Amino acid sequence: MSTVGGLEHPIDPLADAPPEGWVAGRSPWALAAHKLVRNRMAMAALAVFLGIVVVSFMGPFYADHIAHTDPFTSQLTATTVINGKRVDVLQQGGGVLKLGETPIGPTWQRNYFLGADSQGRDVAARVLYGGRTSLTIGIGSAVICSLLAVIVGMVAGFYGGVTDSIISRGLDVVWAFPVYLLAISIATVLLTQGLTIGPFSISASSLWLPTLIIAVIYVPYVARPVRGAVLSVREKEFIEAAIAQGASNRRLIFNEILPNVITVLIVLLPLMIATTILTESALSYLSIGVQPPNASWGTIINDGQQLLYTRPWVAIAPGIMIVLTVLSLNVFGDGVRDALDPRAKLRVKD
Amino acid sequence: MLTFVIRRMIATVFVVFTITVLVFLIFFHTPGVDPARKLAGRNPSPDTIKAIKHQYGLDRPLPVQYLILMKKLFISRDLTSYSNQGQKVVPEIVAATPVTLSLVLGAAVIWVVVSILMGVAAAVLRGTIFDPMLMVLALIGISMPVFWLGEMANLITQDRYHDTFLFSWVPPLGYTPLTQDPVMWFKHLVIPWLVLSVLYIGLYARVLRADLLETENEDYVRTARAKGLSERRVLLRHTLRTSMISFVSLFGLDFGVLVGGGALLVEVVFALPGVGLLTYQSLISLDLPVIMATVIYGAIFIVIANAVVDVGYAWLDPRVRPA
Amino acid sequence: MSGAPLLEVRDLSVSFRTQDGTVHAVDGVSFTVNRGEVLGIVGESGSGKSVTAMTLMRLILDQNAVFSGEVLFQGRDLMQLSQGDMLQVRGKQISMIFQDPMTSLNPVYRVGWQIDEQLRAHEGLSAKQARRRTLELLGAVGIPNPEARIDDYPHQFSGGMRQRVMIAMGLSCNPDVLIADEPTTALDVTIQAQILELIGNLQREFDSAVVLITHDLGVVAEVADRVAVMYAGRIVEYAEVGELFRGPQHPYTWGLLGSISRLDRPRQRRLAAISGQPPSLISLPAGCSFRPRCPFAFDRCRAERPALEARSGPGHLDACLLSADQKQARRAATPEAS
Repeated sequence: MSTVGGLEHPIDPLADAPPEGWVAGRSPWALAAHKLVRNRMAMAALAVFLGIVVVSFMGPFYADHIAHTDPFTSQLTATTVINGKRVDVLQQGGGVLKLGETPIGPTWQRNYFLGADSQGRDVAARVLYGGRTSLTIGIGSAVICSLLAVIVGMVAGFYGGVTDSIISRGLDVVWAFPVYLLAISIATVLLTQGLTIGPFSISASSLWLPTLIIAVIYVPYVARPVRGAVLSVREKEFIEAAIAQGASNRRLIFNEILPNVITVLIVLLPLMIATTILTESALSYLSIGVQPPNASWGTIINDGQQLLYTRPWVAIAPGIMIVLTVLSLNVFGDGVRDALDPRAKLRVKD
Repeated sequence: MLTFVIRRMIATVFVVFTITVLVFLIFFHTPGVDPARKLAGRNPSPDTIKAIKHQYGLDRPLPVQYLILMKKLFISRDLTSYSNQGQKVVPEIVAATPVTLSLVLGAAVIWVVVSILMGVAAAVLRGTIFDPMLMVLALIGISMPVFWLGEMANLITQDRYHDTFLFSWVPPLGYTPLTQDPVMWFKHLVIPWLVLSVLYIGLYARVLRADLLETENEDYVRTARAKGLSERRVLLRHTLRTSMISFVSLFGLDFGVLVGGGALLVEVVFALPGVGLLTYQSLISLDLPVIMATVIYGAIFIVIANAVVDVGYAWLDPRVRPA
Repeated sequence: MSGAPLLEVRDLSVSFRTQDGTVHAVDGVSFTVNRGEVLGIVGESGSGKSVTAMTLMRLILDQNAVFSGEVLFQGRDLMQLSQGDMLQVRGKQISMIFQDPMTSLNPVYRVGWQIDEQLRAHEGLSAKQARRRTLELLGAVGIPNPEARIDDYPHQFSGGMRQRVMIAMGLSCNPDVLIADEPTTALDVTIQAQILELIGNLQREFDSAVVLITHDLGVVAEVADRVAVMYAGRIVEYAEVGELFRGPQHPYTWGLLGSISRLDRPRQRRLAAISGQPPSLISLPAGCSFRPRCPFAFDRCRAERPALEARSGPGHLDACLLSADQKQARRAATPEAS
């Protein structure tokens, strides 16, 4: 499914030129920042996102000092106190046979606030820890992906010719390949043995593995607009003038092209993170993303599937966190795009 | 037109070739991974591994290995699953395809109709409170993980509200072929259709609204108004008609991706035995031959869908139509 | 010319509210057009001439636009008509040709269909009748072999041919008024002459009134009967075409005339240009809008906004505070403007 979170169509790929036509005078960045700050919806979304980040990174604090629990080891025989009575976290199943065990539901108290999962672990603490994992992978893979895409896109756009043709064809092929199938292919191969290239090895349970997989599969989606930005700058007259003046390649890249590429990246980044977070959750849900004992929002939803009808909060809570995170990123991303996109300006035609 | 189609076909063949090479390299030549062990499933005997090595020609040069794999996939179609006692893979995929098609086709009808209504409504109601409301709704749709939405739908329709008049008609998770019982087929699929279409309704409504507003500024829309056409006719015959060009090309791509394996998550949540569920089950049992085959078949379907979209695009937009 | 004029615009103003302030695009414009007459409206871009034209058709849909004034057409005020009644006027009684023929036709429909659409909307013709009429029209505007071209798409036509299609469309319902907004600007010079001639011929044949909007005084000289010169949203001079070229009254008009090269005059040292930029329509200068660029400005120009009135003779209006004699003296003293 290549359209998760809207990365597929964040910018019309045919119109992947960078914004142009700034009002002379104040710097375009200052104008865009001013416009963004005035966009109340985008600012509220940014606040929500930052709030989620802060709360998620407080996971260890919550587990140690508020819930007093270890969210990663099984707690099959744990007990907790509700209304002054000590109760088992995993209760014997109902019915005549008393088969199976049902974890405790939400207590709305300091520990087991959202109840326990099938191994007696505190769901609230796990959701916070899971958030830390999901956010780290989401942001990390978006950043790595952007770096890779900038290299690929700039090489293609800057050198042009045969290099560009080969890279562009390659990107087209990967573009035609649905991201999930690509992720599944890579993940299944690497899942049991990890990745070893020369002296570097990544173990199968490392968080680097899903991060890198997600980063790689989205490279074409970022590299194409980056390439477009480079090309549109290259064809500008001021670049021809710079070349005529004997400007070096390096100076061209750093002074002229990179700022334009960065504009493209800034517009894409919030939407990218939204997409990578959704992808991580889907891969983890399919059990080819984050591996135990680590938890992410996706793995917790997967845990909650067996308990869906008895203890729905195990699945509901991480889902709500994903929706809030992704929604806030999408709203904020829309605001960033509006701020940097001059087409949104009011124009009076004669 | 003919040369256009032929050129498009050659490009398609090229992309299919590249994708098969890519998949081949991922599965057989990822550094540090022994393909024979992987292909053999969990806990294989040394004999099995030896047999696999011979069968896939893993001791022979790369191009030969690639050709052997392609022959097994497309010509002899005898790729076998080791985890699943010698089950032939290709017929399994063929049997699962109608399920996936049923799911995606139904969802597509819903998302096209609803997103056009939403996109047009938002564009027409610009300046009122309804436009931002519809767009926030669309954004929420885009922001929900589809598998979680599916679980929530199950929670409501299978359990919490199943005994009310609202959802008592919802059958247990599963699938009934259309040919066997059309009514049951429909009942099984309604909820999955809705869940699958939510994301695309959000995406398409946003894209269409933006397109409509951009087209609204075109000179030919002004001409249409100057001709004295009603607002309704201007909207439907001029603004919407030209906005549909990009809408339709998006649709073709997404439809291809979904049939080619993108509907996996929905199939898993609703236990619909389509190609996606097949892939998922092989993921759980690490049944590499099946994954490999579904990935390649899926990719080929998508590439073909892309080619169809290009031809359809030419049909919709006379400017790119070759003379 | 009996009784009321066919189209009379009275004190029309259009402004747009924007983030940066209110843009006064059109400011108190009045003019009349009679049957069988061509009125030229001349001005540089930003002078409000296109906004005026669009407003006559009520085609400005910007929610931030504010209108005032009257547009009397056959005694009815178009600004007060309901949307439904306005549909009957647009395309049927008043039709419009736009500047850029490359983008003014819908790219996804055949040109014949696009003309048919207008005929069917207004004349209630059957598909067959509409097609026959379309063929006639395409022939009348000089498209060779109309039977072969009627089912082509716009991108298969050249710019000049597309403008002919636009004209055929504009004339399809025998309108009383044809508004042509820079109909030749986007075309090659040779094609421009052909299109102007076509508009002139058809205007005589159909006995329509034409409002021709242009930045090119040469175009006006060729086809217009009367001319309104616009500057910064206002009409600064209004006269018979011969009168305007013989004795232009406003310094801005002198500048415009000076910027045309003429073969029938001895070669000047250089073409004159009007110095400076048109003013911002958000903060117009007090008094005369042209004052900052006017070489002849004096004290009163700063304090007083000159009204458009007859200063040099009946029927020749201008908005310059100099007396007719002063103007003559000033103009004689500046060689570029002669």
